[in-house]
Amino acid sequence: MISFRVDGRSGVPPYLQLVQQVRQALRMGVLDVGDQLPTVREVVAEVAVNPNTVLKAYRDLEREGLIEARSGQGTFVRRRPAGPPPTTHSRLGRSLARWVREAREAGLDDEAIESLLKVTLRAADQAAADFDEGIA
Amino acid sequence: MNEETGGLAIETSGLTKRYRRAAALSECSVTVPVGRISALVGPNGAGKSTLLRLLTGLAWPTGGSAVVLGGTPRQDPAFLAEIGYLAQDVPLYGRLSAEDHVRAGARLNLRWDGAAARTRLRQLGIPLDRAVGTLSGGQRAQVGLSLALAKRPRLLLLDEPVAALDPLARRHFLSTLTSAVAESDGGLTVMLSSHLIADLERVCDHLILLAEARVQLCGDIEDLLAEHMVLVGPRKDTSAIERAHTIVHATKTPRQTTLVIRRGGPVIDPAYQAEDISLEDLVLAYMGAAAPAAYTHLSTVGEE
Repeated sequence: MISFRVDGRSGVPPYLQLVQQVRQALRMGVLDVGDQLPTVREVVAEVAVNPNTVLKAYRDLEREGLIEARSGQGTFVRRRPAGPPPTTHSRLGRSLARWVREAREAGLDDEAIESLLKVTLRAADQAAADFDEGIA
Repeated sequence: MNEETGGLAIETSGLTKRYRRAAALSECSVTVPVGRISALVGPNGAGKSTLLRLLTGLAWPTGGSAVVLGGTPRQDPAFLAEIGYLAQDVPLYGRLSAEDHVRAGARLNLRWDGAAARTRLRQLGIPLDRAVGTLSGGQRAQVGLSLALAKRPRLLLLDEPVAALDPLARRHFLSTLTSAVAESDGGLTVMLSSHLIADLERVCDHLILLAEARVQLCGDIEDLLAEHMVLVGPRKDTSAIERAHTIVHATKTPRQTTLVIRRGGPVIDPAYQAEDISLEDLVLAYMGAAAPAAYTHLSTVGEE
């Protein structure tokens, strides 16, 4: 059974922290298909979050198709998250490692690297959104 | 938990309480849907306790009106049976035990689940037979909360219940609270005043912000965060931003401008970097806008 943590100061909304922890557990194999997730009451008692936060997290995961609620029984893992095969992961990991080395050599510390990554991700999101809206 | 029931647990309209000249609460219009855990925040003296007392019928308004669970707040048994209220500093009889309090509650209340209160306190390892005056602050708070929950209320009003507790006791208290809400399947609404934003962020899904005796913000936290943004950019004329959005708070240095805005549409000015706002920054922006001195009253004492 997975055990949740909620960091109240991380800046990531609590429901998203729960979603990310389930996805991560599925990628890492901590959770497998058929495994049961804790009930809303169990999560609420464990980490003291709003019950609607847990419901929202489970709803999001259900919409993604990763988990399913079986009436009267509980919530279970349906499948593992879609995504590129592990080979793609390691290939991208290697090229990112090269980039990080380059950034370090150029004098960027971790904070500068993280903030550059955040800005770049945000810009990519914005570009994708603009494209979707047809104003690009 | 049927969060979309649509009903309102609390609805106030122009609610006002004046003492001689000064207004403790002025033109307060708020709504809290059934099943929410609502955070009541604001600097000391902003009117939080006054609002809670008006909602229980312990104080009478000098203007406006309140509808609580469909009725007008008043000190009569039928109305009070539905409401659990825990005043600041948890007023208990120090020489009496938790068991004495549970028994007294059975005589004083129309509906009383003493067994649930005893079970809860036993699970928490709190002795039922010791004078509550000898218990720790965290244990006394749990006794107070358990007594309030023993009424099986539909509305729980808590006035700074965790202010004096250490982090672990706070976590236990909030866990008891959220568990009670989960067990009610959406039937229990809570209003909770506190200065501890990190606690409120994990527990609450609704926010009411008071400053200078007036309501500055009221709504679901998710919506409020989506409606606001932080813009960071060079120091320059902000009138273009002002035409499209509402500037809640501006911090200007010689080089840089940081704006908290309520957005009126997408932010397209490329000179500004737009960021999501945290609940803490949102609260600080509105408190700072109402009264700059209010900043100093907001504690951000952490989680662990």
